Amino acid sequence: MSTALDQLNNAEDVAIVRTSNRKWRARKKQFMPWLFISPYLALFLLFTLFPLLFTVYLSFHAWNPVAGLANMEFVGFNNYAQELTSPWFWKAVYNTVWLAVTTGIPQHVIAIPIAYLLVTAFKGTLRHFYTATMFVPFITSTVAVSLIFYSIYSGNTGILNQWLLALSGVPVIGALFAWVPDAMPIRWLSKSDLIKPSIAFVVIWKYTGFNIVIYSAGFLTVSKDLYDAAKVDGCNAWQQFWHVALPMIRPFIFFALTLTIIGNLQLFEEPFVLTSGDSGGVAQSGLTISYYLYLIGWEWLEMGAAAAVSLLLFIIIAAATSLHFYFNGKKGLEGNR
Amino acid sequence: MRRTLPNISLHVVMIIGVLITIFPFVWVAIMGTHSRSDIFSSPPPFYFGDNLLVNYEKLLDVMPFWTVLFNSLFVSVMGTAGAVFFCSMCAYGFFAYDFRGKNIVFGVMIASMMVPPILTIIPSFLTIKFLGILDTHFALWFPGIANAFGIFLIRQYMVNSITRDLLDAAKVDGASDFRIYWSVVLPLIKPALATLAIVMFIGLWNNFLAPLILISTPDKYVLTLALRSVQSVANSPWGAIMLGTFLSMVPLLLAFMFFSKQMMAGLTAGAVKG
Repeated sequence: MSTALDQLNNAEDVAIVRTSNRKWRARKKQFMPWLFISPYLALFLLFTLFPLLFTVYLSFHAWNPVAGLANMEFVGFNNYAQELTSPWFWKAVYNTVWLAVTTGIPQHVIAIPIAYLLVTAFKGTLRHFYTATMFVPFITSTVAVSLIFYSIYSGNTGILNQWLLALSGVPVIGALFAWVPDAMPIRWLSKSDLIKPSIAFVVIWKYTGFNIVIYSAGFLTVSKDLYDAAKVDGCNAWQQFWHVALPMIRPFIFFALTLTIIGNLQLFEEPFVLTSGDSGGVAQSGLTISYYLYLIGWEWLEMGAAAAVSLLLFIIIAAATSLHFYFNGKKGLEGNR
Repeated sequence: MRRTLPNISLHVVMIIGVLITIFPFVWVAIMGTHSRSDIFSSPPPFYFGDNLLVNYEKLLDVMPFWTVLFNSLFVSVMGTAGAVFFCSMCAYGFFAYDFRGKNIVFGVMIASMMVPPILTIIPSFLTIKFLGILDTHFALWFPGIANAFGIFLIRQYMVNSITRDLLDAAKVDGASDFRIYWSVVLPLIKPALATLAIVMFIGLWNNFLAPLILISTPDKYVLTLALRSVQSVANSPWGAIMLGTFLSMVPLLLAFMFFSKQMMAGLTAGAVKG
């Protein structure tokens, strides 16, 4: 009798243990994934979400970070009003857009045909050698690259000016460069109308190789059968490129353009180093919005105004990207699906 | 007829491209061996000079070059190692479990990749200031160790290379959650980890904006910051600066010589698969 009762009790105990075990397991199961993603959540809250909200908050305040948090003063839309009426801000907007367009378009116009030639006319090691070499600028630091160009552009003795001078002495083509000796020294980085083109060249030089690699990957997805079919239909080489290959890589163009737009509108390091970090160069001709933002926040210590500028920049980027998605998105993404 | 041997004009196009690309690298190497007066002579010398050692001494005069190089290396290695560990861990969380709120968190993460970094730079700076880690290397590598790009990249790789059955089998064998991640999943996603490591290392090595606003003690400078800071010094020793610039690029250039395929694939991973 008693043993039977004991057994029953035992069974109950076991059952209780089992259910609590199961509950614990279930809870653990719920808890586990959060544990795994907790590093992301923590850093996201600390360095993305909070900063994002705080930027908005800050943009309505006047605040010098040196004075401490207590000195934050609510100023409503003053920061925005101040920036939207500031000639420096509009200069920075103009320069940013100018640079984005003049560096953005050549990157792709050069990269697409080069990638096409690399994929269709070259093979193996040789193709890889050409592609890889042209990719090198992308992995090198922008600061290092800009410093090198800073010396190449140097007015009195930079190699660029020396070459132009030498070319003006060459018999036949010298006529084309006859203006050079009179113009010397050409101050590429300290004449307001030359600063932007000089910066633009560095940006194009640095990012074209990256686009070549993307477009090569794109052209590699085009099957040989398509070219063969086109040839049977009597397409010449140009038509094969224009009517067969190009439409097939639309998704790649769309994506590469998106990266260029977002990246170019945030241009900072090239103009900063090429103008020696000195208030955007002569007449602020090299001042981009990011650069201006840095000056406001860290040189002039007006964090509120800097926050307002960063939000204005965000609006510009969002608008440009939306326009791009609106006009190119559908075509771009339909591509070869 | 498509020819297997490309004709001369195509080679010429490519070689011009290559020359324009590598000229600045050759030039910086040459400049690094000349004295200031050689560099600023006319015409500038297009051959290696004999001033390398003098430039090296001057370089050490204007900045603690090896300290700075070590700082760059330290920040890059810590950030890379951290990212490989924490991004893969978070990616595993998203990959291996179904939990309430997963889609929302994942969606927010994807959306956060669209936020331009410039937008968060001010309050990130403030956060770092309030945490009391301003002017430390920790502030340079820590905030990026569990980044959305890395998590997304690795999760995608897991989705394509690891089956549910494998995870279930490991569970049946009694492996703990962490053990499954560490001993079963990690060895299988090495290529993705390598890709992430490449992207992180290059990004950290070349990073300039973060050190510019976060680091103020010259001994804690990283390469980019140190080189830029001697640029506007009056009478700056350009030979020395060019030598430093060249040396700062050597590690990545060397790595690229041996791993160009992996590095190109890694750095365009987001674009090509997107």
